[in-house]
Amino acid sequence: MAYSEKVIDHYENPRNVGGFDKNDTSVGTGMVGAPACGDVMRLQIKVNEQGIIEDAKFKTYGCGSAIASSSLVTEWVKGKTLDEAMTIKNSQIAEELELPPVKIHCSVLAEDAIKAAIADYRSKNGGVASETH
Amino acid sequence: MNRIVLPEQRPIYLDYQSTTPVDPLVVEAMLPYLTENFGNPASRSHSYGWSAEKAVERAREQVAAAIHADPREIVWTSGATEASNLAIKGAAHFYSGKGRHLITLRTEHKATLDTCRQLEREGFEVTYLEVQENGLVDLDVFRAALRPDTILASVLYVNNEIGVIQPMEEIGKMLREHKVLFHVDAVQALGKIPVDVEAIQADLMSLSAHKIYGPKGIGALYVRRKPRVRIEAQIHGGGHERGMRSGTLPTHQIVGMGAAAELAVQLMDSDSKRIRQLRDRLLVGITSQVEEVYINGDMEHRVPHNLNLSFAYVEGESLIMALKGIAVSSGSACTSASLEPSYVLRALGKSDELAHSSIRFGIGRYTTEEEIDATIALVAAKVGKLRELSPLWEMHLEGIDLNSVQWAAH
Repeated sequence: MAYSEKVIDHYENPRNVGGFDKNDTSVGTGMVGAPACGDVMRLQIKVNEQGIIEDAKFKTYGCGSAIASSSLVTEWVKGKTLDEAMTIKNSQIAEELELPPVKIHCSVLAEDAIKAAIADYRSKNGGVASETH
Repeated sequence: MNRIVLPEQRPIYLDYQSTTPVDPLVVEAMLPYLTENFGNPASRSHSYGWSAEKAVERAREQVAAAIHADPREIVWTSGATEASNLAIKGAAHFYSGKGRHLITLRTEHKATLDTCRQLEREGFEVTYLEVQENGLVDLDVFRAALRPDTILASVLYVNNEIGVIQPMEEIGKMLREHKVLFHVDAVQALGKIPVDVEAIQADLMSLSAHKIYGPKGIGALYVRRKPRVRIEAQIHGGGHERGMRSGTLPTHQIVGMGAAAELAVQLMDSDSKRIRQLRDRLLVGITSQVEEVYINGDMEHRVPHNLNLSFAYVEGESLIMALKGIAVSSGSACTSASLEPSYVLRALGKSDELAHSSIRFGIGRYTTEEEIDATIALVAAKVGKLRELSPLWEMHLEGIDLNSVQWAAH
């Protein structure tokens, strides 16, 4: 399969690999996918008192597109408010990485990972209502 | 010593079960039949035809000798896929009055499985036998599947993905006792282990040239004469190959297959010995540096040319991408649209994760020790890097049983 240069760049030089303490109340953790499906993404966000995502980390078990999709979203969510981060769509990820149709599910998973991390953060912090819902 | 010299910077070729380069000696044998000796072997009225026919018959003897058969039992085909189609469909159609049941294994090559599916659509019944965890079929399970209306069983001698050798002598004996025809796909066996149609009592056997350092586009089907096995032709025309397979014989390809078969048998012992040393070096090298590596398929009943390993907690396609410096196959079909792990590894009862993260290392005639050492270093470094990225590896190190985790279905 021919990957785009952007996928190869993220795959070979993944950004923000690692994790935060998932018990920290300022951290939201999203783990999506399943080993049997060939993809598991763990995205963590660290949110400051102003409600802005100041840092993000990921670890991904999956194909090159899955690794690239999660690496990319750690860059995109940084500096965004939770509501802004909630607006990231899988189609934007797929477009940025020029994912072929068979790899669209990787971008879907990355969007799900952001939403899951935000949901985790919000449930830990008293379920702050989302403005976009 | 004839050697294939690949240009620098190309990946190390470790996919010899997929295909092989044509041996320079084979190329040399083929070339005159593309130019000066271009005659049609079916032309009986002039010397161009006679010399081509002579070359074809010499190659027929070479291929027959390689499997201890009579030259009159060899039918040229375009490859092993056609040979298996001709054997299975040809016999099923001819003997359909006697019965309409066939037996094969779940781990067969697609050429057999898909042919069996087609026969099912035509109203035949096929039993697909499970194999054991080591990839070998249980003879009692096989025997239990035999029915009075069973006409043919088809078994892959050496599995293309995991290299395991089925107990062919025992299967052949059992099938002969039950008067069931035995089709053997010996594509991955020829040149790797001794192949003898008498010892295993094969009735039909599919062979291919390009897996034994011969050209692509040529194969052969062995069809037993005593007791005589009948097959219905699948391709009709000028009645070549005693009516079993019409079509002008590609003399140069046939000469190539003959030369390759002879060479494969000549070099089998020395090739296998050297390849076994390389295989052991690869296995020890990888397992001494990388944890959580699993061997797929039995190690005892196996050709040394194949090593199939699963690397837990890394995903197969990303591993292939990481190993771009070596040309290997993955058990994961992720690169296709299906996202399905290898059906062969699934048949061994491997989890989807391990099936996804498997790599087939195919070692061959031109593999060097330096290439094996470079492969070990690359695999150790890249698996390590991917595990650093893997949340599953982190969970494993924390002692979490991944089977106890409720995964969000995707």
